[in-house]
Amino acid sequence: MSGKVTVIGGGLAGLMSVIKLAERGQKVDLFSLVPCKRSHSVCAQGGINAAVNTKGEGDSTWEHFDDTIYGGDFLANQTPVKNMIEAAPSIIYLVDRMGVQFNRTPEGFLDVRRLGGAKYSRTVFAGATTGQQLIYALDEQVRRYEDEGLVTRYEEWELLSLVRDDEGCCRGVVVQDMKSLDIQVFPADAVILATGGPGMIYVRSTNSTINTGFAAASAYMQGAIYANGEFVQIHPSAIPGRDKLRLMSESIRGDGGRVWVYKDGKPWYFLEDWYPAYGNMVPRDIATRAIFKVCVDMKLGVEGENKVYLDITHLDPHDIDRKLAGVVDIYEKFIGDDPRKVPMETFPAVHYSMGGLWVDYNQMTNIPGLFAAGECEYQYHGANRLGGNSLVAAIYAGMVVGPKAFEYSNGLKQRCNDLPGSLFERAKEEEITKQKALFAMQGKENPYKLHQELGEWMVDNVTVVRNNDRLLATDQKIQELMERYKTIGVGNSPEWGNQIVPFTRRLWGMLSLARVITLGAYHRNESRGAHYKPDFPDRDDENWLKTTKAEWTANGPHFSYDPVDTSFIKPRKRRYDVAKEVTAQNG
Amino acid sequence: MAKDIRLVIKRQANPKSADYVEEFVIPYFPKMNVVAALMEIQKNPLNAKGDVTTPVAWDCNCLEEVCGACTMVINGQARQACSALVDQLTQPIHLAPLTKFPVVRDLVVDRKVMFDNLRKVKAWIEVDGTHDMGPGPRVSPKVQEQAYRLSKCMTCGCCMEACPNVNPKSNFIGPAPIAQVDLMNSHPTGALQRERRLEALMTEGGIADCGNAQNCIKVCPKEVPLTRSIARLNRATTFHGIKSWFNK
Ligand SMILES: Cc1cc2nc3c(=O)[nH]c(=O)nc-3n(C[C@H](O)[C@H](O)[C@H](O)COP(=O)(O)OP(=O)(O)OC[C@H]3O[C@@H](n4cnc5c(N)ncnc54)[C@H](O)[C@@H]3O)c2cc1C
Ligand code: SF4
Ligand code: SF4
Ligand code: FES
Repeated sequence: MSGKVTVIGGGLAGLMSVIKLAERGQKVDLFSLVPCKRSHSVCAQGGINAAVNTKGEGDSTWEHFDDTIYGGDFLANQTPVKNMIEAAPSIIYLVDRMGVQFNRTPEGFLDVRRLGGAKYSRTVFAGATTGQQLIYALDEQVRRYEDEGLVTRYEEWELLSLVRDDEGCCRGVVVQDMKSLDIQVFPADAVILATGGPGMIYVRSTNSTINTGFAAASAYMQGAIYANGEFVQIHPSAIPGRDKLRLMSESIRGDGGRVWVYKDGKPWYFLEDWYPAYGNMVPRDIATRAIFKVCVDMKLGVEGENKVYLDITHLDPHDIDRKLAGVVDIYEKFIGDDPRKVPMETFPAVHYSMGGLWVDYNQMTNIPGLFAAGECEYQYHGANRLGGNSLVAAIYAGMVVGPKAFEYSNGLKQRCNDLPGSLFERAKEEEITKQKALFAMQGKENPYKLHQELGEWMVDNVTVVRNNDRLLATDQKIQELMERYKTIGVGNSPEWGNQIVPFTRRLWGMLSLARVITLGAYHRNESRGAHYKPDFPDRDDENWLKTTKAEWTANGPHFSYDPVDTSFIKPRKRRYDVAKEVTAQNG
Repeated sequence: MAKDIRLVIKRQANPKSADYVEEFVIPYFPKMNVVAALMEIQKNPLNAKGDVTTPVAWDCNCLEEVCGACTMVINGQARQACSALVDQLTQPIHLAPLTKFPVVRDLVVDRKVMFDNLRKVKAWIEVDGTHDMGPGPRVSPKVQEQAYRLSKCMTCGCCMEACPNVNPKSNFIGPAPIAQVDLMNSHPTGALQRERRLEALMTEGGIADCGNAQNCIKVCPKEVPLTRSIARLNRATTFHGIKSWFNK
């Protein structure tokens, strides 16, 4: 076995792909910007979805599939989603066997809770730190393979760019050691990107600070297609904060939390009022728009500010401790109030990107040999993601991509080692030259301040409510920032441990992807899932039941559109004021 | 109401260079934490004297005390910078890198040894493979609640910082990996490899180096019951030692 596979990213998707490869005896180089255990996946609180039906409610994989497609407003290609949903229970059983400490029923079975947009309780959880528990379990398995000599970890290394051969195939990566800023090239027969989401484009979001989307942006700038970029999920509840908007998990509503504001001096439970069938359990896009309406249009926010109450004071404190301790701790720690006694004050925040690198059903991008899995690709959520579906999507994609990359690399006629060394040297030299240019930037702009400006424009104009004039103005602004980027000053810090130069490099990636998001939203004249335009308030299947595909050009993104695979469920109107109707399994 | 906060930061350009102290004055805002304060320096890298300086380097990712990255010594105590609220700290606020790990730059340290130690003690469950084998073992809620407390360790290094026996003269692996052995050994499948982990703990730098000072448990931000695990494994390794001695 002489093939060589490289994985970039040690979140859930990346680690799972490594396990699948190592299990086949494949040697893997694993690169991660941060130690894998500190990847953004640790933040996931609510849980992971699978129709395990341990509550006897009659849940089934078909129901889960239908909820997901419906929740995603029919934009997701149905075949891969169906495969994922059917695999979900076995994924839970697998990670359970790996030692994830899921909560249990009194009889010792897996406990489940209900999250938004779901008809049944199907979210398995480990306290309020499910993501952390999952990533630790996968990280441990990878450590085992490291011990066996199959995996080499490069933690605190960053992907800079891809090596592409004359046919355009991906043949390796150019990476950087974040301590020394030393640049190296690693040839590979297949490369898997599992580099997570781009939330930092908005600066203030629920995301980790490392989620700049730079690796995906870099692939995009080298020819990879970026799909459905305009679909960005705004989570209904986060604690406002200047450095970060800390998520208050949907599990709070799932376990009985109620959302309200004062109206005429009395508590008004507006979600329960407007959506009697789902109440506080409507999907995220619906809850977020309702909160926006109440605070921004009706001016009923708490103390006149953009805030609503998220209330658990009526719940049993022991239950809160058992199921929600992690989330409640965060609120106490960062705000200083005890949510068991005082209702929490929260507001929507940028949370998740449904869009990402375009991939085929084998998780391969349009660049042969370059694969993508996890939040950095677009495949599983359509126009809106259901809570708990992203952890399962990341792990599932990792399970698919490992074997597919293995097959691909072993089927190649020419291996990366047979290619001329000059190909790799050239790719490395290019990055060294670019880095020298970055160090030479000594203008007056501060990259962190430019980033701040980008974030403010994106949050104001490319989130919950979108208007075409504002979107165009935002694109103009991004281009202005790209001009001002040229006059950034990086100071004279030496290379060792330098953080400002890598950040400046990432900022260019964020600006490039910001245009994809903004212009994608501008072109899509309809409302679907997380994308809402008051001027086009309805979903328009005739013109827009399509996947957006953006390609990089020197003049900005070029857009084209693909039909959506609807082979199993016919698109129908999405509404949450009445119970979702039942679809026939073979309909 | 304009109010300033003052930071006194121990800095170091690289592992070989000498350290020095630099002061910063930063505008206050409500509910700010130490990471938010450091972010202000990035945007405006001026020291208290008003001179342009290099921005301070530090690590952070999650900003909600769950990744462990931002651990540093704040007013003499090892803790996470993201959850260190300025309102609750005495001023000036002193920041320094952890002392039990090599400094990379400023407040950034290299904690690779902690991950290496997890490998040394074989802190993983040996599953047969990732093929579908149906559900895992049934677990009572009580057992789960105990194990969950151990599994929240985020490899932050606070306990290593507090432990007197983790020092340049010893190879002691520290309390965190010992608790992970306890976690793995208490799992029904993990228990099948129990002896291997006990033996790893009985090698040089293992559990025998713990002097039972109990400092570690007081500083763990995740309330991992470290000393309970240490006590339990002390008994287990002693017993295992006697048993293997008899079986020689
Ligand atoms: C606060 C919060 C709570 C959430 N809760 C839930 C939940 O309850 N349920 C659910 O289903 N989903 C949840 N999500 C979403 C879910 O956590 C993420 O979508 C998912 O964890 C992404 O996993 P990943 O493997 O794709 O990426 P990540 O975990 O983000 O990992 C990305 C990896 O790539 C590496 N990397 C990035 N860039 C580079 C580069 N240039 N070079 C090298 N390496 C790089 C990073 O080091 C990291 O290891 C939540 C998200 C947030 C923000
Ligand atoms: S009990 Fe004391 S000596 Fe033992 S690990 Fe904890 S701090 Fe160190
Ligand atoms: S045991 Fe506690 S203090 Fe020690 S590394 Fe783990 S979380 Fe940090
Ligand atoms: S940034 Fe993750 S613990 Fe502070």
